Amino acid sequence: MDTALIPKGVRRCPMWQFLLGLGIVGAVLAWGVYAMLLCWFKGLNQTNMNNYYGFALWIWADLAVIALGGGAFFSGLLKYIIGKDELKHIINYAVLIGFICYSSALLILAIDIGQPLRGWFIFWHANIHSMLTEVAFCLSCYFSVLTIEYIPLILENRQLNKVPFFHHLSHNMHEVMAVFAATGAFLSFFHQGSLGGVAGVLFGRPFAFREGLLIWPWTFFLFTWSAAAYGPCFTLLLTWITEKVTRKKLVKDNVVELLAKISGWMILTYTVAKICDTTRWANITVPGMGQTLADFYTGNAFYGYWILFVEIVLCGVVPAIILISAPLRKNPAWRITAFFLGVIGVSLNRWVMILQVMAVPVMPFDSWALYYPSWQEVATTILPVAYGVILIMISYRYLPIFPQEAELNPIEEAATAAVEIQTDTTPDLEPAQA
Amino acid sequence: MKHEQQHNPPMKYGMAIDLDKCTGCGACMVACMSENNIPFREDESDKLVSISWMSVFKLTNGKAFPDTEICYLPRPCQHCEGHGGHSPCVSVCPATATDYSAETGIVSQIYTRCFGCRYCMGACPYHARYFNWWDPVWPEGMEKYLSPNVSPRMRGVVEKCSFCFHRYQLAKNKAYLNDERTVPEAAYQTACTQACPAGAIVFGDLNNPAHQVHQIVKPDPRKGNKSRNPRAFRLLERLGTNPKVYYLSSREWVRRAGDNYLAHEKTGQVSNVHH
Repeated sequence: MDTALIPKGVRRCPMWQFLLGLGIVGAVLAWGVYAMLLCWFKGLNQTNMNNYYGFALWIWADLAVIALGGGAFFSGLLKYIIGKDELKHIINYAVLIGFICYSSALLILAIDIGQPLRGWFIFWHANIHSMLTEVAFCLSCYFSVLTIEYIPLILENRQLNKVPFFHHLSHNMHEVMAVFAATGAFLSFFHQGSLGGVAGVLFGRPFAFREGLLIWPWTFFLFTWSAAAYGPCFTLLLTWITEKVTRKKLVKDNVVELLAKISGWMILTYTVAKICDTTRWANITVPGMGQTLADFYTGNAFYGYWILFVEIVLCGVVPAIILISAPLRKNPAWRITAFFLGVIGVSLNRWVMILQVMAVPVMPFDSWALYYPSWQEVATTILPVAYGVILIMISYRYLPIFPQEAELNPIEEAATAAVEIQTDTTPDLEPAQA
Repeated sequence: MKHEQQHNPPMKYGMAIDLDKCTGCGACMVACMSENNIPFREDESDKLVSISWMSVFKLTNGKAFPDTEICYLPRPCQHCEGHGGHSPCVSVCPATATDYSAETGIVSQIYTRCFGCRYCMGACPYHARYFNWWDPVWPEGMEKYLSPNVSPRMRGVVEKCSFCFHRYQLAKNKAYLNDERTVPEAAYQTACTQACPAGAIVFGDLNNPAHQVHQIVKPDPRKGNKSRNPRAFRLLERLGTNPKVYYLSSREWVRRAGDNYLAHEKTGQVSNVHH
């Protein structure tokens, strides 16, 4: 039915299978949309947030997807600016993932604010001293950049590409993509950083507060660094999942290993920086405010020292070693384990810098505040995941996301001949075979 | 003809709350809610979602009977000055919906500009900021008793104690009509101050030596406005929030409960400020 839209030289699943998958994920999406509408029309009383937990699950999800979407800007930087040309085989997918992550982040922010219709105030009445203002501006600008990077990919669809204007537009946009990649890297540096700054500037919250360089707390640099380090892990993990789902090899190992190796070194340097930051914070900053590390990791039912171990050692040191070591990196099982740990690690870091900050009491006579999300919060957090899966499904089916797919999965002559014979007798099967 | 114009020196409104006098009766909370049209719900049992600009905390010395001691600590917004008006909440608000007034030292909240991101709530270590999780609904007939001088807040915005700023505006207008250059001390008092039966709350201009609050607190500008009164302390003073609400107590354990200290540190010790 949709053969004419499917890229040449590749196979796709039958239409019924595609629609079935789309329907299942669509149902989850509808559930999320329902919860989102409840929040918009009835207000944030639909959540379990409270006056102690002004920031909760959504803001964590927001920060996490932005960090995980960091693979887009870092891969772009490596390919277009540093000149790692092999990465052209994965950059499309990195851009698509980035586009999904950033559009999701903007959607989450739109649900999270108490007065969604006033969301534009952040631009109109901008407070230049607020890290959140910087986040809003850079996030919006970078999302525009990602859209510009995604458009040529859409225009490469078989049918759209037949239109001369679209063909030339796509070609010319590819030609100048280095400019957008550089712009994206610049903007990402600031919005990833300012997201770190959101927590780091809270001098009323010793758990979050960090000293820094000029107006930027150390978390500013750590967030940018960690997004660049762990973002590619997410891109590669999703590539692996896509390969498993489609039962095809989509990207050559040398491309995966190159990005994995760079990610490994980035994670290692980030982890060293994180250890330095934590050490200084625990020994100088926190005691200077009259507190000790035990104040943040004991006296409650959930937040313990295990978090430090999981974040820094298990999800920092371990994946760094795996990805740096050639034998381990070349072993798919170890490699995927490292990607998985990396994704967990950066997500946990964002959790700590948002939710644990809210949980820790500051006044000596105050107590820990623990929180669990309502189903509406969970549903609206899953909503972007469903949206992402749908966008990946559609993009994978109709756009040349993986340039190496045709080469890695050649349609054999015999099979092609068989298809032709079948097509002659039963024309209805043509889309499925194509 | 040359007309010489003189400006009044900037004011710094603040409070001194004597915890040795506070009985924890809650009259300040009630007066505040009534004065400022603070919304409430039928079920107010979940205090984490209810709004009370003035909250009274109960502190204990942690000792067993017969050495147990109790202290009640009323906590309005601390109207932090930070360093040069850089209070924790004002600096983070992305839409400039909260502001530090250099004229009065009052931290304001512009309800119609707030879009409900709640970053200010996360920034405030005193939990003095509240979110309107619901639209305000008053029992039938009660809307007639609302104060016409204070705008009710809508769902989805943050609110907090304003030091009854509308009273300041009224007092300022009155002073202008009376040809007075400054607002007299008695003309501008907060609702909680007036309601306290024990006289535990004293309110006024910390910059004005004629005001009682100045005489009690004796702020030292060279030491970040730390009080010269040995009985006085501020909440979380060492964080550098530079609040304008001072507490008084003769009991050492109460003063120590006002801030975080390492085991070997003396009460009242304030190390270097980190911002």
